[in-house]
Amino acid sequence: METVKNHFLGDIGVMLGSSMRHITRSMDTIITVTIMPIAFMLLFVYVFGGAIQTGTDDYVNYLLPGILLIAIATGTSYTAYRLFMDMQRGIFERFKSMSIARSATLWGHVLTSLVSNAISVAVIILVALVMGFRSSAGVLSWLAIAGILALFTLALTWTAVIVGLSAKSVDGASAFSYPIVFLPFISSAFVPTESMPPAVRAFAENQPMTAIVDAIRALLSGQTVGNDLWVALAWCIGIMLVAYIFAMRAYKKRV
Amino acid sequence: MEKSIQVKELKKSFKQHQVLKSVTFDVGKGSIFALLGSNGAGKTTIVKILATLLKPDGGNAAVNNFDVTAKSEKVRQSISLTGQFAAVDEILTGRENLIMIARLRHLKNSRQVADDLLNRFGLVDAADRRASTYSGGMRRRLDIAMSLVGKPRLIFLDEPTTGLDPEARIEVWNVVKELANSGTTVFLTTQYLEEAEQLADQIAILHEGRIIVSGTLEELKKRFPPAKVEYIEKQPSLEEIFLAIIGKKEEK
Ligand SMILES: Nc1ncnc2c1ncn2[C@@H]1O[C@H](COP(=O)(O)OP(=O)(O)OP(=O)(O)O)[C@@H](O)[C@H]1O
Ligand SMILES: [Mg+2]
Repeated sequence: METVKNHFLGDIGVMLGSSMRHITRSMDTIITVTIMPIAFMLLFVYVFGGAIQTGTDDYVNYLLPGILLIAIATGTSYTAYRLFMDMQRGIFERFKSMSIARSATLWGHVLTSLVSNAISVAVIILVALVMGFRSSAGVLSWLAIAGILALFTLALTWTAVIVGLSAKSVDGASAFSYPIVFLPFISSAFVPTESMPPAVRAFAENQPMTAIVDAIRALLSGQTVGNDLWVALAWCIGIMLVAYIFAMRAYKKRV
Repeated sequence: MEKSIQVKELKKSFKQHQVLKSVTFDVGKGSIFALLGSNGAGKTTIVKILATLLKPDGGNAAVNNFDVTAKSEKVRQSISLTGQFAAVDEILTGRENLIMIARLRHLKNSRQVADDLLNRFGLVDAADRRASTYSGGMRRRLDIAMSLVGKPRLIFLDEPTTGLDPEARIEVWNVVKELANSGTTVFLTTQYLEEAEQLADQIAILHEGRIIVSGTLEELKKRFPPAKVEYIEKQPSLEEIFLAIIGKKEEK
């Protein structure tokens, strides 16, 4: 058993390397993951933006956090897809018959998700800059934003792992993101929750997306972040831990 | 003789379907063992149990003297599996595939190992092309090459030549013979009786969940009713032995 433990990180590194090659060799996943959120951003800023009253002068500044969450939600659905496809491949069987830490394959996928989502987030921020996005956030605030986004990515990725492991078909594996992509629309991501009817507003203000969006928005605009930060972190870490436990359980059943 | 594999009264069912009823056989160290059986006989099921991918329902199985359920980690360290369907990463090149496996086997000189195997399997020219562009024969060679990384003591080849043309088949046969010459134990499954005749020191026939005969080709031939006298005297081929035995069993 020791030998397996000693090589755990090395094994994950090899898995990460090969799955990153898969992504860079078929750029279409990165493109689809970034194009849709960018299209939303263009649509909301240049088409609807004029009619939306957010109380800020620059709608792109207001919008960006929600767009990033949508991008990550779509991005993580590819983890479910990739994991599902991986387990159909003969090479997975080979890995299972080798003396490799069993969870190395899973961690490889999870790290791949972190890296590829970081890339698409960076691309979207660049596009936003071109569209006039400006931020007064300092280095610490940016680090905090990166941290929140990373935790959000991990929470959704581990959820995606459960889906990828238990899905019966490719379509099932990739469909899981739809409701999550939809959630930011019923949050403070696009319009202030005050403008919503009471029932919807109650939902919007108590679902994780609003806290996460508000925390990032406050950090970006250099305002003090209140409770939102802690609520956002609690949601992300809570979902992540629960999903991690269930994902590992589902994985043990499979291998 | 020292044993690489010892299987005793192995049982495995999938739901109601009893695939392995009671399978017993031994494989001597350094030998080539061929497991013969028709489609669905349970050959892959046996390979998967021995390679620790499936848990048996009953009986014992030991690989390199390690029990497959109790000491599965030890078993994995001492074997290599070439499954029925090519286990290569299509997106990676041949070289990258080999390097990946060498790293996962924690070898220090993974590049050198990859180069040597590419040479040995005639894949040097295709080394830097994606495996998805390989022909069936090349893919199978890469697949087997990946199984040889790290020089395992025992290698499983599940139908290594199914779907290959005669030339590619002979190439694979040569690899298998070479392996056995270098002291590696080879466990192969096949539907081709000729393949078993060509390669194997030990042959076992799996039928309806049991090993119905096993032994060397000579022993099998001896057990079979005397050579038929037709117009000319003819030694029974393994094919005839097989069909005759199955026929006999089914008559009962
Ligand atoms: N995971 C599984 N679930 C249910 N049935 C299975 C499973 N795996 C194998 N079987 C059944 O067990 C039987 C033996 O399958 P196995 O793959 O071991 O046969 P095989 O001898 O390798 O056949 P082939 O020559 O076609 O590869 C088949 O009837 C198959 O349908
Ligand atoms: Mg089979």
